Amino acid sequence: MHTIIDRRELTKGDMISITVEAPAIAKKIHPGQFVVLRVNETGERTPLTVAYKDEVHGTITIIFQVLGKTTAMLASLKIGDAIKDLVGPLGCDERFTKVGTVVGIGGGSGIAVLHHIMQGYAEVGNTLIGIIGAREKALLILEDEMEALCERLLVTTDDGSYGMHGLVTDALSRLVEEQVHIDQVVAVGPLIMMRAVCEMTKLYEIPTLVSLNPIMVDGTGMCGGCRVTVGGETKFACVDGPHFDGHKVDFDELMQRNMMYARDERTSLLTSIRAR
Amino acid sequence: MKKSENESRSILAGTELSTFCPHCHQALNVFDPATRKIWVRLAVSVHGAKGELLLSPQFDVFERQADIELSEGIVVDDLSCPRCGESLVEQQACEECGSPAARLVIYAQSKLVDFSICTKVGCHWHGMSRADQAKIKPKVSRQKKPEQDALLRIRNFNEVSYGLDRELALVEASRCLDCKKPACIAACPVEVDIPGFIRLIREGNFVEAARLVKQKNALPAVCGRVCPQDDQCEKACLLGKKEEPVAIGNLERFVADFERETDSVAIPRKAPPTGKRVAVVGSGPAGLTMAADMVTKGHSVTVFESLHKPGGVLVYGIPEFRLPKAIVESEIDYLRRLGVKIELNSIVGRLYTIEELFASGYDAVFVGTGAGLPVFMKLPGENLCNILSANEYLTRINLMKAYAFPEYDTPAPRGRQVAVLGGGNVAMDCARTAVRMGSREVSIIYRRTRDEMPARTEETEHAEQEGVKFRLLTNPIRFIGDDRRWVKQMECVQMQLGEPDASGRPRPIPRAGSNFLMDVDMVIVAVGAGPNPVLFSGSPDLERTDRGYVKAYTPSGRTSIPGVWAGGDIVTGSATVILAMGAARQAANDMHAYLMDGKKEWV
Ligand SMILES: Cc1cc2nc3c(=O)[nH]c(=O)nc-3n(C[C@H](O)[C@H](O)[C@H](O)COP(=O)(O)OP(=O)(O)OC[C@H]3O[C@@H](n4cnc5c(N)ncnc54)[C@H](O)[C@@H]3O)c2cc1C
Ligand code: FES
Repeated sequence: MHTIIDRRELTKGDMISITVEAPAIAKKIHPGQFVVLRVNETGERTPLTVAYKDEVHGTITIIFQVLGKTTAMLASLKIGDAIKDLVGPLGCDERFTKVGTVVGIGGGSGIAVLHHIMQGYAEVGNTLIGIIGAREKALLILEDEMEALCERLLVTTDDGSYGMHGLVTDALSRLVEEQVHIDQVVAVGPLIMMRAVCEMTKLYEIPTLVSLNPIMVDGTGMCGGCRVTVGGETKFACVDGPHFDGHKVDFDELMQRNMMYARDERTSLLTSIRAR
Repeated sequence: MKKSENESRSILAGTELSTFCPHCHQALNVFDPATRKIWVRLAVSVHGAKGELLLSPQFDVFERQADIELSEGIVVDDLSCPRCGESLVEQQACEECGSPAARLVIYAQSKLVDFSICTKVGCHWHGMSRADQAKIKPKVSRQKKPEQDALLRIRNFNEVSYGLDRELALVEASRCLDCKKPACIAACPVEVDIPGFIRLIREGNFVEAARLVKQKNALPAVCGRVCPQDDQCEKACLLGKKEEPVAIGNLERFVADFERETDSVAIPRKAPPTGKRVAVVGSGPAGLTMAADMVTKGHSVTVFESLHKPGGVLVYGIPEFRLPKAIVESEIDYLRRLGVKIELNSIVGRLYTIEELFASGYDAVFVGTGAGLPVFMKLPGENLCNILSANEYLTRINLMKAYAFPEYDTPAPRGRQVAVLGGGNVAMDCARTAVRMGSREVSIIYRRTRDEMPARTEETEHAEQEGVKFRLLTNPIRFIGDDRRWVKQMECVQMQLGEPDASGRPRPIPRAGSNFLMDVDMVIVAVGAGPNPVLFSGSPDLERTDRGYVKAYTPSGRTSIPGVWAGGDIVTGSATVILAMGAARQAANDMHAYLMDGKKEWV
């Protein structure tokens, strides 16, 4: 059992941050790695990337968007409640190296993951530029935190309610037009966004790292449910990833695979709402 | 127990014998109205005195009455037929005390056979030669365990077989020949005293029988259900040469279930604490056996399991209808009562490394992480939607209880026309699960023939009864998807058998031009498993084979790192529950010796 010691709503109602006690995991987890949790006995095993860790207090923080039953359940937990199962750290543990200028691009709840990865890049002395985007201003998260980490931060909203009017790729275009030297791009967010970023960076031949979020069961390499095609080869995202060379990822396949249980997910959510 | 009594067991205890004189063939049995009993009447002479001796014809009790003094221990001069007067005493000697023996003829199983009794008063030896015994062996055929009707059971996940009940078990146990050199024991990977426990069943000592099995096999309720008996003990059973072998597995299951259901499971006395700490990685059959053995030897044991439930394949792989999870839970409960600590959600290699386990005070580590990595066929289109590994399918349904969706949150993949690739137990489990999940047409696709299928005979029979189709000598070569990238067809090729390959099985060869398409909307890949590399990310120096399994010495189970043992599927590759347990037991013995012996040599 892992007790929730802090809970915040980052945006109204649907972007939540919770901090749970997990001393052993906090000691071991690196930026970009994730945990699998199960809220209660009937719950699903759900992978969630860790946004912060606090080794001293033995806690990890998870930021998630309420999308389905598990995230809704997680959102309904209060400080002092506990999560039944929490396992980690998962995902390959890569060490960040100094490459020069890193542009981090985050969309939606992916910003939380991006922030942690950017911390990793910052620790080894890279120069950071951030691009974060959301549908509208009210859904934007971690702006201050990203601001603090990055030399420069560009914010976009789809509806123009804040920052640049447009998509994160528009912001990336602007950097390219300004002839900013970019050694590495990191993109975390919805698959559509990552695919769009990769299509662009491929053109400019900028190495691009993406953090994928396929459907997972165990998260330990045991089921193969999380398989993605990278450079024509099948990889298990939970152990070989979740970070991959974005130029090699078959995004279309992954998008379809992620839809596999869409109908069941709706059923699950609806039944839980009706039961309430 | 006297040897001769064992030997005569094939006539059931309590049987009343009809006895005859071997010379005049007149009946020796008489009815005595005074005692209202039937007796065997013989003429006896001792020290010149002549009289009449009455013996009970009851096969197992040996009452006697005589009208002359017959003191205990004396050998009578003669026993003869009261009708024709011929002596019955012959050359043959009593197997017990060596005194001369008398020969009668008995009528048993529609045959007349010789039957001897000792001439020494008080010696209870009576019986017949082994050859005669075989002659009169009652023909009892192998007892079938009752099971759920196939039409009924495809609609539920309840266990298919109910197991033998007390009566059936007694009858089945009576079939055992109790061979002098039992081949079944040698054919059991952990050498369970099979005739011994079956003998105890015949005597009605079911709990004792369970304890005898447990001396060698820590999980008899599991093994009785899932062991490949048809390839092991039952294959070696002498009875099997002529008729069907003794149902050893069913008997094993019976005693284990009896012990559990009657709450007769005794907590063994643990050895005094040794102060040594043992870390067990993985809670499958190997890890559980290691934990049980080491905790009873007095060590403090902690099991680390990466999943949220202990049991390994027993909980995430083998379905409820074949192995009820309540049984696995009661085994785990037993371990906890023994004092074993189980840390769930703990991935060794990630949360802790082996090195860190030693640093935090463990004196020895056992690696029993199994072969949990699913193998795919690397065919075009294999990543289409609704093509999944057996592990994923079974994990969703067994461990995550997707069959109870949406009560449980994990959804189950569904399909109307399901193809399961493979011919082992795993493939059968997937096919039979798919039937229960409501798939209309489920086919096993296997590239060899029925004879080469590695699955237990019982499983293939059950699958067939449940309507699973077998497409043999067939191999898939690619998968075709629809515009949403869902699988809709599978291209297959027909095979024929060639020369034996390295595994000794005939090599399947594709038949040119035999390609055909098969409509499918779900494919489950059950063609094997490999070692999960997660553990090794934290322990690169643990030596491994080319295929990624841990190198361990047999029988000790020692690995390349001092203080680290390994056993089970992580060493052998996917094998069986009993082999994993056997390896763990041997490793436990070696580990115990190492921990208790001051000098820490590692060779
Ligand atoms: C579907 C299916 C059906 C089968 N049917 C039969 C049958 O009928 N009869 C039979 O005899 N055999 C059968 N088998 C094979 C049998 O189950 C295995 O041979 C046996 O379970 C191996 O035991 P084990 O202890 O070595 O490994 P496992 O049972 O695989 O247990 C390993 C455990 O270690 C855990 N683990 C792995 N890595 C780590 C880590 N890094 N840290 C912590 N924990 C870890 C795993 O989660 C797992 O719980 C079947 C297998 C499957 C998959
Ligand atoms: S989630 Fe099961 S293998 Fe990756």
